[in-house]
Amino acid sequence: MPVAISLENLTVTYRRHPALHHVNGDFEHGSLTAIVGPNGAGKSTLLKSIMGQVRCNSGRVITHAAIGRIAFLPQQAEIDRSFPISVLDCVMLGYWKRAGLFRRISGEMVQRAEDALAAVGLGGFAQRSIASLSVGQFQRVLFARILLQDAELILLDEPFSAIDTKTTNDLLRIVQSWHAEKRTVIAVLHDYEQVRRAFPQTLLLARNVVAWGATEQVLCHENLHRARTMAEAVDDHAPLCAVEVADGVNGVEHA
Amino acid sequence: MSLLHTIYQFAVGPFQEFAFMRRALVATLALALSSAPLGVMLTLRRMSLFGEALSHAVLPGVAAGFIFFGLSLPALSIGGFLAGVIVVAVAGLISRHTELKEDASLAAVYVVALALGVILISGHGTQLDLLHILFGNVLGVDTEGLLLVAGVSSLSVLLMAGLYRGLLLESFDPTYLAASGARGTLYQQLFLMLVVMNLVASFQTLGTLMAVGLMMLPAVSARLWHDTLPAQLVNSAVQAGLAGYSGLMFSYYASVPSGPVIIVCAGGLYFLSLIFAPRGWLPRILRRPHLRA
Repeated sequence: MPVAISLENLTVTYRRHPALHHVNGDFEHGSLTAIVGPNGAGKSTLLKSIMGQVRCNSGRVITHAAIGRIAFLPQQAEIDRSFPISVLDCVMLGYWKRAGLFRRISGEMVQRAEDALAAVGLGGFAQRSIASLSVGQFQRVLFARILLQDAELILLDEPFSAIDTKTTNDLLRIVQSWHAEKRTVIAVLHDYEQVRRAFPQTLLLARNVVAWGATEQVLCHENLHRARTMAEAVDDHAPLCAVEVADGVNGVEHA
Repeated sequence: MSLLHTIYQFAVGPFQEFAFMRRALVATLALALSSAPLGVMLTLRRMSLFGEALSHAVLPGVAAGFIFFGLSLPALSIGGFLAGVIVVAVAGLISRHTELKEDASLAAVYVVALALGVILISGHGTQLDLLHILFGNVLGVDTEGLLLVAGVSSLSVLLMAGLYRGLLLESFDPTYLAASGARGTLYQQLFLMLVVMNLVASFQTLGTLMAVGLMMLPAVSARLWHDTLPAQLVNSAVQAGLAGYSGLMFSYYASVPSGPVIIVCAGGLYFLSLIFAPRGWLPRILRRPHLRA
């Protein structure tokens, strides 16, 4: 299997305290992986370092996806929801990579955007302003936008946290269809049942990698216990980490 | 018939009679066309006070231009523009490389720039010069000034139209834009440069302090009238134009300084919008019965 993302000895720190600690491993191309772990385990930090939004302290992330073919749904999108934009326009921002500043949005593209809205259960919302949506409905709009993006790599940070059960199942079906289309999907999740049901691969994180592989093997009692014992509070007098950085290459690379 | 004639004389006469009034009107309308929509985009970024800060930040450049070249419009404008751009760039650099947010670093940089400007002016000019720079004189716009205003306004409108999608996306969802591989900061810096240019272009007509009024007041009131952005942009430009025209009329008939009067007129429109606009106060009082769930 070709590799979509390689993490090489990745360490990310906030004020010298590691949020991610010497993380090694690969996300395979077309894989569907859940990232689980306690609060403060570095799950969001991992996604952000893949996106190049946080600086790697040491080690590196190698992304084998073209720039612009990565879709990212942050945990709390820094989006001002009083922005005067309609639901349809917001979804059609997913065409930005193709349409850019000047190219026309064709009638067929509008139709596909409306289909995407229907797929997330928001048919008939197209002309509403996003200010009129609830948090969960807006999350679904962002999902619909990803549907239009045609991304090869899709990163979702707690995508279902504000969404009701029925819609969650609809959205999970969309995630499954991405998987069927050989897109690489990585999602941060908390619901183990959901992960067991829908995600073949799991990365269990507690700053360090606790386990990474097939979901049923990763989510065993022993691993979960080890992840739970991670101390959430940082120790201000922790000694320096003894692991030396092997090659000293830092940063995010696109191969 | 004679009543109509009187109204016509009242409304158009001053501009027919005096070339300086015509130039003032054209300059104000041109500024309205570009400044007010820029103001709307500033409010979208929750940077309503940014214009205020920038209008002070251009002062050291204006002062330096004044010291070396006297009251020459190109020198003052270029100086002001450079000072504004430097302040924006330094604030941007600080927020990117330290933990300070953009507004915090700007607040720090602009007061320093303002203080430097005041020192420069007080060392080299008279009180009158300072007043001229701070409050402008729209009735003294010469052909050169008119060209500057028209040029800046045209460039702003063209760039806003050309970069519309990018500017919007960058203020709506910068994370998404960055993930799509676009240089988001480029749009932001370009946009802020347009804001600086418009403030500088209006400092001769309205003065550095008043320039912000024409940018922000119509923008803020436009929000009260419409839910969609294109409508807000048009509404703000129309309000700014109305304020410009009526301000000049007041200024002419009542012999008061034109810059502040224009802003007061914009303030009047803001007040009316606050009360009567669909998103204003009155519609909230006259509540309509709710619909079925």
